[in-house]
Amino acid sequence: MSKVLEAKNIQKHFRFPVDFHVLKDISFSIEHGEFVSIMGKSGCGKSTLLYILSTMDTDYEGELYLDEKLITNNTANELARLRNEKIGFVFQFHYLLPEFTVLDNVMLPARKLGRKSFDEIREDALEKLRLLDIYDQAHKKATMISGGQKQRVAIARALINDPVIIMGDEPTGNLDSKNSDTVFNIFRDLSLEQKFSLLVVTHDQDFADKTDRIIEMGDGRIIKQ
Amino acid sequence: MTNYRVIFDITRTHLLSRIKQSGVAALGVTFGIGMFITMISFMTGLNGLLDGLILNRTPHIHIYNEIEPSESQPVDLLTDFDQSFTVVSSIKPKQSQVRIHNALPLISQLRKDERVKGVTPQVNANVFYLAGSIQLNGMITGIHVLDELELFNFGDYIVEGDPKGLVKNNKGILLGSGIAAKMSVRIGDRIQVKSVNGSIIPLKIVGIFQSGLATVDNVQSYVNLKTAQQLQGGGNDYISDINVKLYDMELAPKMSKEISSQHKLTAIDIKTANAQFDTGSSARNLITYVVSITLLTVAGFGIYNILNMLIYEKMNDIAILKATGFSGNDVKLIFMSQAILIGLVGGIMGLLLGLTGSFIIDNIPYNTPSLPTITTYPITYNYRYYLIGITFALVSTFLAGYLPAKKAEKIDPVDIIRGQ
Repeated sequence: MSKVLEAKNIQKHFRFPVDFHVLKDISFSIEHGEFVSIMGKSGCGKSTLLYILSTMDTDYEGELYLDEKLITNNTANELARLRNEKIGFVFQFHYLLPEFTVLDNVMLPARKLGRKSFDEIREDALEKLRLLDIYDQAHKKATMISGGQKQRVAIARALINDPVIIMGDEPTGNLDSKNSDTVFNIFRDLSLEQKFSLLVVTHDQDFADKTDRIIEMGDGRIIKQ
Repeated sequence: MTNYRVIFDITRTHLLSRIKQSGVAALGVTFGIGMFITMISFMTGLNGLLDGLILNRTPHIHIYNEIEPSESQPVDLLTDFDQSFTVVSSIKPKQSQVRIHNALPLISQLRKDERVKGVTPQVNANVFYLAGSIQLNGMITGIHVLDELELFNFGDYIVEGDPKGLVKNNKGILLGSGIAAKMSVRIGDRIQVKSVNGSIIPLKIVGIFQSGLATVDNVQSYVNLKTAQQLQGGGNDYISDINVKLYDMELAPKMSKEISSQHKLTAIDIKTANAQFDTGSSARNLITYVVSITLLTVAGFGIYNILNMLIYEKMNDIAILKATGFSGNDVKLIFMSQAILIGLVGGIMGLLLGLTGSFIIDNIPYNTPSLPTITTYPITYNYRYYLIGITFALVSTFLAGYLPAKKAEKIDPVDIIRGQ
């Protein structure tokens, strides 16, 4: 099995206002097709770790491998390209572009990647929306749909470029239990049926229990995995 | 790698989905540029009018024979007094002719000079206008009407009648408006003019001349060159003044010195004759530039403010775009293209506003006695102002967009996401 993501001795300091060692010697890896959750109390550094893993935060020490390639010290443009191509990201707060339609929101990362024609991308996007059961909302403005629907649109957007890994930052944190279940089932299906690798930060114990593997963090370290 | 179509689509959606805000931003540009164009067109129009008031009717070089005392007295020829201080009292000017000696060859020589645009000969004669038993003091100038019309905008001062009536008409006169009023005569009437040597010539009024200066209009009239020569009792070569117009006014001082030293004549250049006017003109130009720069600067800051707000409101979008793989450069391009589009649309509307403003001012009635042919406020329509306007709109929106867009390029998405 290949490793889609590997972290080696990740250290992170917040230097302002006082030096604070947030992440201490974090090392772990995720195999292809694995559904992994990171658990921990608020402030234990799990979100910070996720931002590093997602390449958005580059201020750390240690080594980070994506798809078995070292990506630490890549330039900002290379990292943007990697995020576009290989990482799908789902935030706690949906994060759709409010001026665009649902369909446009899903299509944008693929259009940025520019690997397929506009019509192919459109087909892909509609396909993903159908998969997530929000096909009928495709032409609505992103602000006109409900919170649960928004989160599904965000997942569709994360899937559009067929990334090697999907990362979620408390993707169910802002949803009621019914919508949480829906989102979890979507992740589950993506992992089982489509062999996506998933890494989800959560503090919802029920959610974590149902994943393949739990990485438990406390006080900036991995306590158990 | 940049996919410009996606960038442009995002730009378009951003602008169109907030059409009101984009519109206000563009209007800021529009007003700045429109006001700039209107103001500069109006101010240069006014300046041109005032300049024209003097420049059009003043020859660049005026050549005539000045009556003055001789510079060297007979005593200076004696070598005996070389080392002495001589005093000659009661020096009187030498008896000399008013006419320019050898005027016709001088005129043809001047016409051949490549710096010279045109030369017009004039004959000045002191006369009396006869109204019944009253004799009104006056001055008649004989002119080449067609040359004067072409070179010195003579037509601007003819308020009634047609100056061309003087061409080949030795019995016509363009009467000063003051004299016409005093003598209660109109076009078509006949008047008599008595020269200093006593000869009386009847003349028919073909037009009324008004310079706007009462002291001139009360004495000055114009006739054909021949008629004036006849009044002075001179022949074809009797010329009292020569007016020269050059292609380049700046050459006038140098050339007038050449002429006066070569031909022993008095040659006055326009700079010397109108020194105080020159000062006023440059001061007015300075004011025009200062006002223009101020207008453009104020417009520039307005544009910067609006674009800055526009971009700061979009911080969340910037984070999303960056998180989903758009590079800093992409984000910068998105906002730069928005700024430049606003500048382009606002700028073009500004050009139209400026043109409209100029057009409105151009049609506001404006009557001044010194320029009888001017009926509305003057406006200069110069394509350069429009070029400056649109260039400034683009450059200032570029700069105003660049700083916040640069910030958007640099901003770390994590900072924005954490802040939520």
